[in-house]
Amino acid sequence: MKRLYLLLGLLLLVLLLLPLVLDKYALGIFVMIFFYAYLGQSWNVLTGFTGHISLGHALYVGIGAYVSTFLAQKFGLSPWLGMLAGGVLATLVALSLGFLGFRFGLRGVYFVILTISCAEIARLVVSHIDAVGSFSGIFLDFKPGLANFQFRGNLPYYYISLGFMVLGSLAVHLLARSRTGRLMVAIREDEQAALALGVNTFKYSMTTIGISAFMTSLAGTFYANYVYYLSPNSMFGMGLSIDLILRPIIGGLGTVLGPIIGSFVLTPLSEVSRAYFAKGGLEGMHLVLYGVLAILVVLFMRQGILVYIKRALKPLLKLED
Amino acid sequence: MNILSVQDLGKNFGGLTAVKDLSFKLKQGEILALIGPNGAGKTTVFACLSGFLHPEQGQVLLEGKSLRALSPHRICGLGLARTFQIVRPFLNISVLDNVMVGAFLRHKSVAQAREEALKVLDFMGLARLAHKEAGGLPLPQRKRLELAKALATGPRVLLLDEVMAGLNPTEVDELIALIRDINQRGVSILLIEHVMRGVMALAQRVLVINYGQLIAQGTPAEVVGNQEVIAAYLGRGLGHA
Repeated sequence: MKRLYLLLGLLLLVLLLLPLVLDKYALGIFVMIFFYAYLGQSWNVLTGFTGHISLGHALYVGIGAYVSTFLAQKFGLSPWLGMLAGGVLATLVALSLGFLGFRFGLRGVYFVILTISCAEIARLVVSHIDAVGSFSGIFLDFKPGLANFQFRGNLPYYYISLGFMVLGSLAVHLLARSRTGRLMVAIREDEQAALALGVNTFKYSMTTIGISAFMTSLAGTFYANYVYYLSPNSMFGMGLSIDLILRPIIGGLGTVLGPIIGSFVLTPLSEVSRAYFAKGGLEGMHLVLYGVLAILVVLFMRQGILVYIKRALKPLLKLED
Repeated sequence: MNILSVQDLGKNFGGLTAVKDLSFKLKQGEILALIGPNGAGKTTVFACLSGFLHPEQGQVLLEGKSLRALSPHRICGLGLARTFQIVRPFLNISVLDNVMVGAFLRHKSVAQAREEALKVLDFMGLARLAHKEAGGLPLPQRKRLELAKALATGPRVLLLDEVMAGLNPTEVDELIALIRDINQRGVSILLIEHVMRGVMALAQRVLVINYGQLIAQGTPAEVVGNQEVIAAYLGRGLGHA
């Protein structure tokens, strides 16, 4: 295990130094890698570790993006504080959704439908509120500065998103090793059996969805201040909900490194192929490639890529099981 | 002194009566067996006692305290733990991690829970499998794991649902010794069992139910000679014709 931490430390050092040799375009790709790794990690807490499948996590991205942006534009509040406000609101919304789902025994596909519906309701509601730009969304004014969460060039975004990914993953790592984390996994494996062992499955499910939503919404604030534009469809849409779950699935559900590895594989592929296919007049073709890759992983590497990487590195790192 | 007292228990599924007017008491330190033909309602009784089902009639008292409307995790917290007939290991985590889930009920820190779980595994003879994934265990070990998980919650009353089914006679004898040992450590036990070898060896008293109603009770020897019981299992023979 020690060697694994050493390797991860070295990789982090490389990532910290990497901007020295990267151009703006490459930096942008890395920002997206870190961003999606963090988003995937946030979703992983709920679905990978606790087993409640959410297909509406864009809901929390949207809340994070809209709340911080709205507060910044209306009251001049720094998005850093707005980010926390968004996090609180996202947590409250998630707890209400979780209460409906967990209290009334909605499981499996019914819980999935609940998460999709809530995200879609939010998308439609936001689409009709003029104060937040209704259908056409909000363009952010460009006011660079640390307090405004806006910067010239991609370098600051690179380090902020790297920080999100590293700290988010570290938090999930600590959570997974804690009492709460172990009870979360028991709920995923067999909720009835966990109940029979005295686990308050309702309480831990609520805790998990709260943590997951809070983490997810922080990414929403980041994203808004990175792309300077938010619309109901891009922030609350089904597309984002699906996009953000692919990386942990491909990398390895319910593992801390899974979302990161999944993002390092999938995000560059998506970015590069998007540009490549668009040049050849085949816009959208990268989504097909995505789909094929997801199907292949589900068919042939059901536990994700991480398992294979671990197996390959086992002798080198002296890993235990 | 009765540790568990069941009064006039009744449970229906739609029009079907699964349990009716069932009353019995489990004495402190006793091993009581609940037997009956398939579909007699034994597992339903367990589900009502452990909070997985809520009975329509009657009440269940654990050390004088009513369990009415309590959820399963609360009941487990009060000291009544159960196993499942169809064992439910947490498949993708280690045997140790499985048992730790139970140990977390009384031990808040990970280190303490691990220590407690290792003790239980050692007691159950599963110590050398501690770091194996539970999904890789064969049935006899899964049965033991199921028992180990329940035991780790530190119960005062243990409900065992057919923990001997599917085991060979040697394994049954080993389990009998273990259950007796658990009992001697002060845990009162109610067991559902079809393996009569286990019932005869362990139970001080036997309750027989059929169609959700108590049809006989007594010592194991009394019960196996009871005409009602024989009829319930085998039907009435030509002698009654």
